[in-house]
Amino acid sequence: MAQFDTTTNAGQLLAAASGGRRRRGDRIFSNTAVIAAVTILALLFGVAAFLVGEGLPALTASSSELPGHESFISYAAPLAFGTVLAGVLAMIIAVPLAVAVALFITHIAPPRIAMTLGYLVDLLAAIPSIIYGLWGIFVLGPAAVPVMKWLEEKLGFLPIFEGPASITGRTMLVVGLVLAVMILPIVSAIAREAFSQTPRKLQEGAQALGATRWEMIRTTVLPFGKSSVISGSMLGLGRALGETMAVAIILSVSGGVSFNLISQANPSTIAANVALNFPESSGLAINLLIATGLVLFAITLATNFLARLIIARSETE
Amino acid sequence: MTPPPDNTLASVPQRSIFAHTDGAGGSLPSWAPYGAFVGALVFCAAVEAALGWFTIALMLVFGALVAIVAIYGWSRAVEGRRRAKDRAITMAIATAFGIAMAPLISLLYEVIKRGVAGINWDFFTTTSRGVVGGGGAEHAIVGTLIITACAAIISVPIGIMAAIYMNEYGRGPLRRALTFFVDVMTGIPSIVAGLFAYALFELFLGPGIQLGIMGSLALSVLMIPIVIRSAEEVLKIVPNHLREAAYALGTPKWKVIVKVVLPTAFAGLVTGVMLATARIIGETAPLLVTTGVIDSMNTDPFSGRMQNLAVYAYNEYRSPGVMKQASYDRAWAAALTLIAIVMILNVIARLVYRRYRTEIR
Amino acid sequence: MFGSQAKPQAEEGRAKMSPTGPVTETTSQAIGGAPARRAKTLEAKEVNLYYGDFHAVEGVNMTIEPNKVTALIGSSGCGKTTFLRSLNRMHELTPGASVKGDIALDGEDIYANGVDPVAVRRLIGMVFQQPNPFPTMSIYDNVAAGLNFNSSRIPKSDKDAVVERSLRGAHLWDEVKDRLDKPGSGLSGGQQQRLCIARATAVSPEVLLMDEPCSALDPVATLAIEDLIGELKKEYTIAIVTHNMQQASRASDITAFFNLDESGKPGHLVEIGPTDEIFTKPKQKETEDYVSGRFG
Repeated sequence: MAQFDTTTNAGQLLAAASGGRRRRGDRIFSNTAVIAAVTILALLFGVAAFLVGEGLPALTASSSELPGHESFISYAAPLAFGTVLAGVLAMIIAVPLAVAVALFITHIAPPRIAMTLGYLVDLLAAIPSIIYGLWGIFVLGPAAVPVMKWLEEKLGFLPIFEGPASITGRTMLVVGLVLAVMILPIVSAIAREAFSQTPRKLQEGAQALGATRWEMIRTTVLPFGKSSVISGSMLGLGRALGETMAVAIILSVSGGVSFNLISQANPSTIAANVALNFPESSGLAINLLIATGLVLFAITLATNFLARLIIARSETE
Repeated sequence: MTPPPDNTLASVPQRSIFAHTDGAGGSLPSWAPYGAFVGALVFCAAVEAALGWFTIALMLVFGALVAIVAIYGWSRAVEGRRRAKDRAITMAIATAFGIAMAPLISLLYEVIKRGVAGINWDFFTTTSRGVVGGGGAEHAIVGTLIITACAAIISVPIGIMAAIYMNEYGRGPLRRALTFFVDVMTGIPSIVAGLFAYALFELFLGPGIQLGIMGSLALSVLMIPIVIRSAEEVLKIVPNHLREAAYALGTPKWKVIVKVVLPTAFAGLVTGVMLATARIIGETAPLLVTTGVIDSMNTDPFSGRMQNLAVYAYNEYRSPGVMKQASYDRAWAAALTLIAIVMILNVIARLVYRRYRTEIR
Repeated sequence: MFGSQAKPQAEEGRAKMSPTGPVTETTSQAIGGAPARRAKTLEAKEVNLYYGDFHAVEGVNMTIEPNKVTALIGSSGCGKTTFLRSLNRMHELTPGASVKGDIALDGEDIYANGVDPVAVRRLIGMVFQQPNPFPTMSIYDNVAAGLNFNSSRIPKSDKDAVVERSLRGAHLWDEVKDRLDKPGSGLSGGQQQRLCIARATAVSPEVLLMDEPCSALDPVATLAIEDLIGELKKEYTIAIVTHNMQQASRASDITAFFNLDESGKPGHLVEIGPTDEIFTKPKQKETEDYVSGRFG
């Protein structure tokens, strides 16, 4: 410890401060901050740990012990299939639309209304998912029935439109559409961010060569934003995979693995299955549901991880 | 010494990807796209009327397709191929935007139309207890407010302190790791958060328990990463020279944060919290699992199930009472109330931001 | 050649340590219109500064004289700001930055073990290039910020006195006395910088460091600040970094010239001496080349 010459003003002040009084305030505050950060990690690992802990009894039980007397795999596989099918369908529909929306807002709409349009698109994200569910079953489903009938008639040779077309509209196709609307704002927000950050130099370079607006977009904006769009799509996919209520309300479930998008018989998704069965379940059935939740967690983790990887890789280029 | 002239390049026809290959040099009037669209709509409407299948949706969709073809043809004749393609694609993109906006319009319209049918004085002042075919959502509204408030009380301090840690104390690799984990947390499906909260309480209290606070915990798992993300953004924007000015006055670090950084970031922090609240207030799945369904009013988050608007809406739809339509009406009314709360929170958040934002150069 | 140290002053000027620190002494002096405070000497011995592994400044030996203005000049990137920031322990706030060597304020090593950097910064204040009043605070609160952040409760009348004293000292009182509760960001650039100077002097430092304080200001405001600096040196020791040679020759008593051999090498002190000597008959050729405009 330094000895201070307390005959000088400087020495006195330094001596007074070296007592550690001030250090205590700093220590308390920084410790609190560290605790908060650690809590986050604890929460995250807690989620994984608890899911594993409570799901384990179902994972290790034999088929005869499980409700429905089937093995865990045969229970969970169709659910996983349905989850991925719905998610991928949503992504296929949403991504081109989201890119178009993003292009429209960043490059085509007049700047004054572009911001308002952005707010409107983001508004879609603020709407609670139960409302999407109600809208899907009461509005979109019935409206889609004639379309699905037409699809069965004209394109019924394709396995996805094999039919018979549902008369209530509670099909995978409608679910895919609703999920697409739900994830559109996420993908489009990321795409907007990327498109609006295309360097001016690149765009002006194309324009100076006499390119039309579309040519400029095609050659500069789209390539520049490609990796952002991809990662945004994967984030949207992750969201669609985890969506519960819209699927639970809309989808008419009968269990099997099938690519038929317009029929009454659809596989459920993991999330919807939990929501539908949890309230009446007990004992091992609950462990079973939690185990499927673990599978869902793993799937969404993998998807998000992939998305971050793509972002990271594109940033190092 | 200049190199001999190289004529080989001059003899090769220069072809830029933007070279003019078509000759047409005219120009369409500025109202052309709108004109084409209107014309196409009229055309489709006429065709549909003649065939007897008139619907607005069909007219719009086919009208848009016809308009794209029309503008292409028209422009191709007058302006040339490249400009025609540009116009057609621009119209296609605008159409796609319209298609994307259609659900929003339809949603809002339907929620308002159907929800208003269920809104009445009873809706706000009675619960579902002991009522057959009637009742209201008072217990659900109160429940939503309580559960959300508890979630916010848990999430906001933890989230903001964690953001402070990451922004003001964190060093390179540790901070990057934390950012990564927070990102992972944003991807947790809401049902998984609900199952986690259920499992946690089951460990301590036994199976089958459903409490309001469990729902708050599940919502916190979803809310914390959102709060952290937005708080981090806002803290990053506070310019470093303000911190330096405070340090130079001989201020300890924690006071620099509390007395300079946080007040400067205040508006952004409040906005972030309000937007995070608006995001989770409509979450149904985790609450289904944790707070359950109940017909009567419960204001104690630590004992017994608690109803909330989202689960209420779902329940009215799933198990309608004797008078089905009335139940459906109530479900829509609950949905409308939810949307109204979300919109109000969003608007307040923006107003707060505008009012308290500090001009930082 | 400038190794003379300022001797500790006579007993009557001694600060009495009270719960509120030296502020009380200053306050009573300010109210009584007492004699100027003694300023202090800063002495640097073999100071080497690093950013991680990068050696930014090497082997600086110099003394910053009390009640004088010392200008640090040199071309961009030669380490003068880095050196300045090491004088009040701001350099170490950059992650990975480190200091080797000794820096002493009146004989007290400010980098010694157990020395609280926060206390050092109370004693050695700094004014920055960009005026940076706290945007959420009024003019009054800005000036009083150092007091509010640091000491325990100060009676309002004492605070008022300190604020007025500081604003007067910064030649800003008359312009703002009627709007002390308005935000600090509503002032012009020159006024804001004077506000920052008032804020820095309100905590009664011994030394005032200024990092290119006028580079963001117009010529009229610049002149006002230079006049102010001439006044301030009666009370404080001042060191100012400037890349404007005319300013250095106008406003300083002693000039120190820093230079870089080449980019990537550490900056170092080339020569230090009375300002007129440095500018008219410098001892080093490098110095002569710089001040006559042959480079930089």
